[in-house]
Amino acid sequence: MGMPLREHPAARPSPPAPAGPAARRARGGPRLRARLVRAGFVAPVVVYVLAFFAYPLARNVVLSFQDYGIESVYTGDAPFNGLANYARVLHDAVFRTAAANTVVFVVASLLFQFVIGLALAVFFQGSFPLGGLLRSLLLVPWLLPLVVSGTVFRWMLDTGNGVVNQVLLAAHVIGAPVPWLNSVDTAMIGVLLCNVWIGVPFNMVILYGGLRSIPRGLYEAAELDGAGALRRFRHITLPLLRPVITVVLTLGLIYTIKVFDVIWVLTKGGPANATQTVTTYAYQLSFGGLSEFGAGAAAGNVLIVVAMVFAFLYLRSLRSETP
Amino acid sequence: MTRPAEGRRSRGRTVIGAVLVAVMLFPLYWMVNASFQTNAQIAARSPSWLPLGGTLAGYRDALAAQGGHLLTSLLVATAATALTLLVAAPAAFGLTLLRVPGGRPLLFVLLIVQLIPGIVLANALYRIFSPLGLLGTPMALILSDSTLSVPFAVLILRAFMVSIPRELIEAAGIDGAGPVRAFLTIVLPVSRNALITAGLFAFLFAWGDFLFATSLNLGAPRWTPITVGLYDFIGAGTNTTSWNAVMATAVLASLPVAALLVIAQRYVAAGLSAGAVKD
Repeated sequence: MGMPLREHPAARPSPPAPAGPAARRARGGPRLRARLVRAGFVAPVVVYVLAFFAYPLARNVVLSFQDYGIESVYTGDAPFNGLANYARVLHDAVFRTAAANTVVFVVASLLFQFVIGLALAVFFQGSFPLGGLLRSLLLVPWLLPLVVSGTVFRWMLDTGNGVVNQVLLAAHVIGAPVPWLNSVDTAMIGVLLCNVWIGVPFNMVILYGGLRSIPRGLYEAAELDGAGALRRFRHITLPLLRPVITVVLTLGLIYTIKVFDVIWVLTKGGPANATQTVTTYAYQLSFGGLSEFGAGAAAGNVLIVVAMVFAFLYLRSLRSETP
Repeated sequence: MTRPAEGRRSRGRTVIGAVLVAVMLFPLYWMVNASFQTNAQIAARSPSWLPLGGTLAGYRDALAAQGGHLLTSLLVATAATALTLLVAAPAAFGLTLLRVPGGRPLLFVLLIVQLIPGIVLANALYRIFSPLGLLGTPMALILSDSTLSVPFAVLILRAFMVSIPRELIEAAGIDGAGPVRAFLTIVLPVSRNALITAGLFAFLFAWGDFLFATSLNLGAPRWTPITVGLYDFIGAGTNTTSWNAVMATAVLASLPVAALLVIAQRYVAAGLSAGAVKD
């Protein structure tokens, strides 16, 4: 498009003979130095990203094409084996169970976290005495180490002495103790219960922020026009909250796909793979004793691809919503 | 006219709000409650709703078994926080006030790398750290835990530094050695709150890490953080009888959260929303 930047010999003011080092420093030196100093501020983070994100990612891709097993740990030998790791993972019945469980886990987690989070956000939207304090107390579950939350839920869902069974028994809701985390039928419910509890505060805070940014005048005008609370919610709150809802659900999805601690502490993916997700499956391949790092890398890469697809959709929706 | 009715209504909301919070925080109460109970109370058929006639035996056992793990966590989380701020603060300054070229792509990369599942990093870092002899050392945890917070910290600090007026820096003279001085004497002091927020989250992320600790320091009991210590406590036996010690450990593992929440409550919500809703 632009004119090719070719210097015409005649247009160039005849330069003095090649400047000595002192002159060169005087012209390009300080500028170069300033640029180096500025670049120096960003250099650490660039090196950091290369060393701790780019290189591991690349290593993981290479690993996923290598036959890395328990003997490789001792010999250091891991021959390339093409797509064998991906074939092994994708044909593994456990992986298929894990993939299905991941979908159930993610969808149910997001649904309940979002609905409860939104309800709480709407409730705390109105100002009342101690509202701010109560709201910040609700954040605590989100800040706790996940292992602590998992441990507490393991105690509450304990078959013999857990408070959940004790209360349900006393209320005659159940006739016999339910082995929440030890039964194939209920383990997923137990894991979900804990994960929803952890995720609600995050949903509430973000949605609360979104609600506060909706102009109050809109509600007042609608109220004057005779719109009831439900109509105001449907026709003002939901449409104006949509960008924030997209943010919450996408980030929730990205976090939930990679949940490891909660499941590992509560059930280790059991019983009989009932709560096995792709993340716990990948962990077991690499660190479960057989050191199948190649297959573990392949399973992990499948997870990345899924996360990236949703991230892409997220970024695209952000772009279409911000003018 | 409507004042008394409105007052009653808003008091009513406070009551409902308190009930909601009580329900949400019940698991925490139950943790604290069990941590003070005796083994007999724990094993009883019906729950003891209050830790009456309790004991500190759980805490004695917890400290005896987990004291060292708490120190490891403290060391690792503090170092990871320092590393995070050391990398992130200059970067945020460069990206905002210095307008270093290539800033936008770098920001995009920092946003994207947060999507990488921890298990993928753990898998690769294990193989990378192994020949370097880092496995089973605190350094392995410090480095890997910092991956949880560096991108987040840059984004938070950047969001804050964007609002620092450039004139403030220009007054200090931006060329040559200028930026270094401007950064140390103007930008860092002005960004105190943002630094606290970023550091707070870096500390909490590192303190709560379980995945890196249980993979990179697998079978290295010397440097076990409290999260893995707690997990081993219940993971050891299928039917744990010493729930009081387990819950006491859980309480101890939550203390930094409680402390930070009390000290820096207002930074937490700010960090949460700044980290999630980025432009």
